[in-house]
Amino acid sequence: MPSEIPMLRAVNVHKSYGDHEILKGINLDVDKGEVLCLLGPSGSGKSTFLRCVNHLETINAGRIYVAGALVGYNERKGRLYEQNEKELCGMRAKIGMVFQNFNLFPHMTVLENIIEGPVTVKREDPRTARRRAYGLLEKVGLRDWADRFPKQLSGGQQQRVAIARSLAMEPGLMLFDEPTSALDPELVGEVLTVMRDLAESGMTMIVVTHEMEFAKNVAHKVVFMDQGCVVEEGTPAQVFDNPREERTKAFLGSIAERAPAR
Amino acid sequence: MMTNDKIIPLRHYGRWVSGVVLIGLLGLIVNAFIVGQIDWPVVEKFFFSAALLDGLASTILITICSMLMGLALGVIFAIMRLSQNPVSRMFSGLYIWLFRGAPVYLQLLIWFNLALIFPVVNLGFAQYRMVDVMTPFMAALLGLGLNEGAYLTEIVRGGILSVDKGQLDAATSLGMTRLLAMRRIVLPQAMRVIIPPVGNEFIGLLKTSSMASAIAFTELLHKAQVIYFVNAKVMELLIVATGWYLIVVTILSVFQMGIERRFARGHAFGEKRGFLGTLRANAFGGKRRDGA
Ligand SMILES: Nc1ncnc2c1ncn2[C@@H]1O[C@H](COP(=O)(O)OP(=O)(O)OP(=O)(O)O)[C@@H](O)[C@H]1O
Ligand SMILES: [Mg+2]
Repeated sequence: MPSEIPMLRAVNVHKSYGDHEILKGINLDVDKGEVLCLLGPSGSGKSTFLRCVNHLETINAGRIYVAGALVGYNERKGRLYEQNEKELCGMRAKIGMVFQNFNLFPHMTVLENIIEGPVTVKREDPRTARRRAYGLLEKVGLRDWADRFPKQLSGGQQQRVAIARSLAMEPGLMLFDEPTSALDPELVGEVLTVMRDLAESGMTMIVVTHEMEFAKNVAHKVVFMDQGCVVEEGTPAQVFDNPREERTKAFLGSIAERAPAR
Repeated sequence: MMTNDKIIPLRHYGRWVSGVVLIGLLGLIVNAFIVGQIDWPVVEKFFFSAALLDGLASTILITICSMLMGLALGVIFAIMRLSQNPVSRMFSGLYIWLFRGAPVYLQLLIWFNLALIFPVVNLGFAQYRMVDVMTPFMAALLGLGLNEGAYLTEIVRGGILSVDKGQLDAATSLGMTRLLAMRRIVLPQAMRVIIPPVGNEFIGLLKTSSMASAIAFTELLHKAQVIYFVNAKVMELLIVATGWYLIVVTILSVFQMGIERRFARGHAFGEKRGFLGTLRANAFGGKRRDGA
């Protein structure tokens, strides 16, 4: 479907903190239904890029389009006008984000966590929201945990709830920032399984991860980033089996050394 | 560990000895009050007298009103203090500096005597004489409320800062506005940190309100003073007032415990040991294991 508008289009995205340039002109396209895995060493700007996509951080130059709409600005007569809070929130509501540290709301039960967005942001009827929440919990295998508090759950369970919470907003694009990095090794699988199911259901996903098996088996496209630049991109087969760039080779080598095959 | 093992708990002899010494001391103090020249019937007579109960009601009223005012100011100024706008931040800083810096006693006197420099309040459409507006109650409310607000601003700010930044990220990524995220996500979690010091502030405020007796506000201490100026039973009436303060503080402490439990939602799952439980644990060395 080449004629369709991409779900995400990043054009020459620059981002600096003070004098320190973190993103040095990122260009990326993610089509609808595509799963993109973003790899790269620590500090290469992966998290920063994800946060720019839903405008948690403002970019210094370039354009980001989500589903064809410019993120954070309105363009009129060749000039950019900053969006107001309402416009920003409307855009963010359509982009799900899953964090390394889950960031569940600890003062709310699992169910309350999931219905919070739909009820307070989308003003959905609480009864409908609850019914949908149970459906989502079923999907992530936690139907019986609805009335527990986050602190009573394992890390893997918490991350699955966090995914359900994002999905409750019915986003068109899901961003994952190292969703399994804070987990004990034996809990990683259950989260990846949920993510794989989600990918198979046709969700558009950008996943920052160090889980190479997941990237090989689930991603449609793999992007390797280093020092704020996209160094290499392609299908998993191209990037993993025939990397063209030296830096990619070195990075993949170091990962393979560190993590034994799961 | 096998459940039917008999365990001989460690004995804490030091704790036994210090416990006995302290109870002895307590007995001495109680005895001093019994043998002292206190006219107990007078204490009894005035404890439930209409005048003192009236004063008590005023004390409670002014405490609650000032606390509500302080809380409202505290939340508003704390949010201003943390805002992106440098003018808001500075304004809030100035407020704290001024109303926390000057002694409460002075602030009460200044409000009460405001008519000396502003004889007339001009609202544009209407004019009032300051002496009519600035009643002792109004002066006490402004003096205590503004001072309390300055302290609570710092407490609320500390509470907000104690909430992990990721919480705001998560709320924002769901599409919440800053204000909604504050109200639904950040403030409820900040409460857990805010409530214990606010409880202390409430108790402190109850006692500080006795200073309003200096500006002719007829609260508990003021009533007691009016009576002992007449009958010269100074200590007896001070004991009555003290008794009432202690009773109200005790009730407040119980409330505080309830509220703290309410805001510990999602955090406290373990059992807690009460006074007796701790006493038993200290005396007999941890939980008894009765075996079998
Ligand atoms: N708020 C900030 N202020 C200043 N510098 C920042 C800020 N956030 C991130 N940085 C810097 O930006 C660079 C990129 O950070 P980023 O978190 O995007 O990297 P990353 O690729 O996600 O790394 P990791 O794998 O460790 O998560 C780092 O050098 C970091 O120190
Ligand atoms: Mg990161």
